[in-house]
Amino acid sequence: MSFKDTFLNGEQGLFKPASLTPMQKLLLKFVVVGLIYYGFAVIEGMIMRIYQIEPIAAIADYQYFAILTAHPLVGIFGSTYSIVFGAFLFVVPFMMKKPLWSYKLGCWTFWLITIGTLTFWLSGFISHYAPLYTLYWPLPVDFTQFDPMGGIFFIAGIALVMAGAVFFVINIFMTIGYTPDGWEKQPSGALMASALGYSGLRNLFKKKEKQKEHLVALPVAAVARGTVDVALNAGIILFTGVLILVYMIAHVMGFSLKDTAIDALLYKNWFWWGLDLVADGLVLIFVAGTWYLITMMITGKKIFMGNIARAALLVELIVSWTVWSHHLLSDQAQPAILKIVSGELVTAFELITQGLAFFVVLVTLWSARPLKMTNELKFLLGGLLGFALAVPAGIMQADIGLNRILHNTQWIIGPHVHVAILVGLTMTLYSAIYLLFPIVTNGAKLYSQKLANFHFWAHLIGGIGMGAFMGMAGLEGMLRRTIYFNGEFDLYMILAGLSGSLLLFAFLAFFYNIVMSVGLFGVIGIFTPSKLDSKLLVPEER
Amino acid sequence: MVDTTLVLWGQTIAYTSYAVVILLLMGWFGYNISKPGKGGLVKPAIFYTFVGFLTVLGVSLHIVTYNTIPWTAIDLNRSDIQADKVFEITVENHEFALPSEKLEIKVGEKVLFEVTSNDLTYGFGLFRQDNSMLLQMQVVPGSRNDILWEFVQPGVYTIRSTEYSGPKGAHMIIKDAVIVTN
Repeated sequence: MSFKDTFLNGEQGLFKPASLTPMQKLLLKFVVVGLIYYGFAVIEGMIMRIYQIEPIAAIADYQYFAILTAHPLVGIFGSTYSIVFGAFLFVVPFMMKKPLWSYKLGCWTFWLITIGTLTFWLSGFISHYAPLYTLYWPLPVDFTQFDPMGGIFFIAGIALVMAGAVFFVINIFMTIGYTPDGWEKQPSGALMASALGYSGLRNLFKKKEKQKEHLVALPVAAVARGTVDVALNAGIILFTGVLILVYMIAHVMGFSLKDTAIDALLYKNWFWWGLDLVADGLVLIFVAGTWYLITMMITGKKIFMGNIARAALLVELIVSWTVWSHHLLSDQAQPAILKIVSGELVTAFELITQGLAFFVVLVTLWSARPLKMTNELKFLLGGLLGFALAVPAGIMQADIGLNRILHNTQWIIGPHVHVAILVGLTMTLYSAIYLLFPIVTNGAKLYSQKLANFHFWAHLIGGIGMGAFMGMAGLEGMLRRTIYFNGEFDLYMILAGLSGSLLLFAFLAFFYNIVMSVGLFGVIGIFTPSKLDSKLLVPEER
Repeated sequence: MVDTTLVLWGQTIAYTSYAVVILLLMGWFGYNISKPGKGGLVKPAIFYTFVGFLTVLGVSLHIVTYNTIPWTAIDLNRSDIQADKVFEITVENHEFALPSEKLEIKVGEKVLFEVTSNDLTYGFGLFRQDNSMLLQMQVVPGSRNDILWEFVQPGVYTIRSTEYSGPKGAHMIIKDAVIVTN
């Protein structure tokens, strides 16, 4: 095929959008939008990397901080939520062997996240509303620095995303427990208990012959467990958003509400409790679940020590609800008991839960060797490596003594956050995308394996390199969330910038590879309505 | 005497060593996973040993730092320790207001910095001449923000806000505001 034919119709013309079920199209739409927003986040990241080397004259400091505010939110909500929610809305019914409870609700989730992200991104871009994702009180309602109208649209955009997240939660739990039309009555309570890890915990205390079969597969249990945190997180963010909106609307209407009515430390505890459900609950659990799913699909085997892994999901429920205080180790009014128990000890437990998932996945893979080094396998190993590097970095900073000299430095955001998200989470998601690509495209072929190889190495080296150089700067005192005007940390920032550019090239190679695989008409075809039954996951089910 | 530079060096060596080991381990695993060979299952005892090791590691980190990093115990027990000197500092409209132009301290003194914010959440940090950090804390409005620090070496330190408080916060720097002498 000529380049033009491939560009228009995809590799060997194998991708036929008309053959896709509505569920396949829904997943692909989530992935396309998620990748576009990932591209936003990467470009924003590169702008900020350059700014850290030398402030760009064309970008004022308030614009820089507006980018800094939008960057993580676009990355997490616009990109990760889209890809993860889309994948799980497909995978849960796929593994439960029954239709998604509500296809329409799935579509609502897609549109709410897509439009919500665009809304808060645009409002930040236009109005430069920049309280950062932390929203430390009373900064989000400091109208001497920020335009309240811009803030209203910003918060409204976040609220739309959260509404989409709530619909996702409803859809997942209903799918697990409901009885499809014409089916024998499903044991909803038992299914839910199995999904939340209770059956795994119960089996731990029973002899092998008395242990009961799990009603849902381990990856579904992980999805269900992480979805609990999605629900709580959405509740916290929505409540906080409403609180901020009240102040903004009052200000626009000419009333001035006292910001001292809200206790800043209590608010900080409340908000971090909710935010940490994303970082320490949702991400770690969803990632573990995705590791289990990919490993089972690659090896065709059950996960080693699956019962313990399942029980650990329930334990992680407690951990993720009580772990938030490590973000307040430098808040001197925070009670010492919370710093020690929640901030240090419970946080250290994440070393165990994540280490356990890491270990059982490696053992399961090893038990199935020799394995072909496919794209999904190499990206899975990259994802495992990312968390193996990032979690211990986080445990170190969650120490009262070390936090005194690490808090808010580049160490936090480099070796911990960016390595966790870019190497750990994103490479896991890429692994899932490469694995599911032939399933959801009905056998489309990847355009170039060489580009996939470049994607892997550039992303891995770029992600680890960027995190490492940011970490070195952090250890030498470089703060996050500020601007250095005199090139104080130029050497590290240039090296981090070069590493970041590798991430950009990796993404461009991947995006180009996917577009050439499905073709321009294929991409457009994903967004046209399917004529097939929305209860079908893949056409073969007929 | 243990100071922040020494602790950061220790952390750098510990984490770098760990990172090298895990990179080599994953490289070895990735190389061998596709090689022919029988990959028998690991015995459960090894799994439990690994989980036990992680538990010991997670808890012992804090025990070790509590007993080796001097400011940890001082920080947790600061309400029971008599400060040699107290500096009351206020922050408002993105500006630090110091009790005097220079804060002068003698080596060995335990100094309490009590920082009050009248509007936003800020940070308070002391930085060496080479921009490395000596200490920092959050400054939350409506709360008591105090840090007790024993200065073990002479030096000149810059005060800088370590928390984002809007675009103006990047300029909250007072050069050479703290002077520690023998």
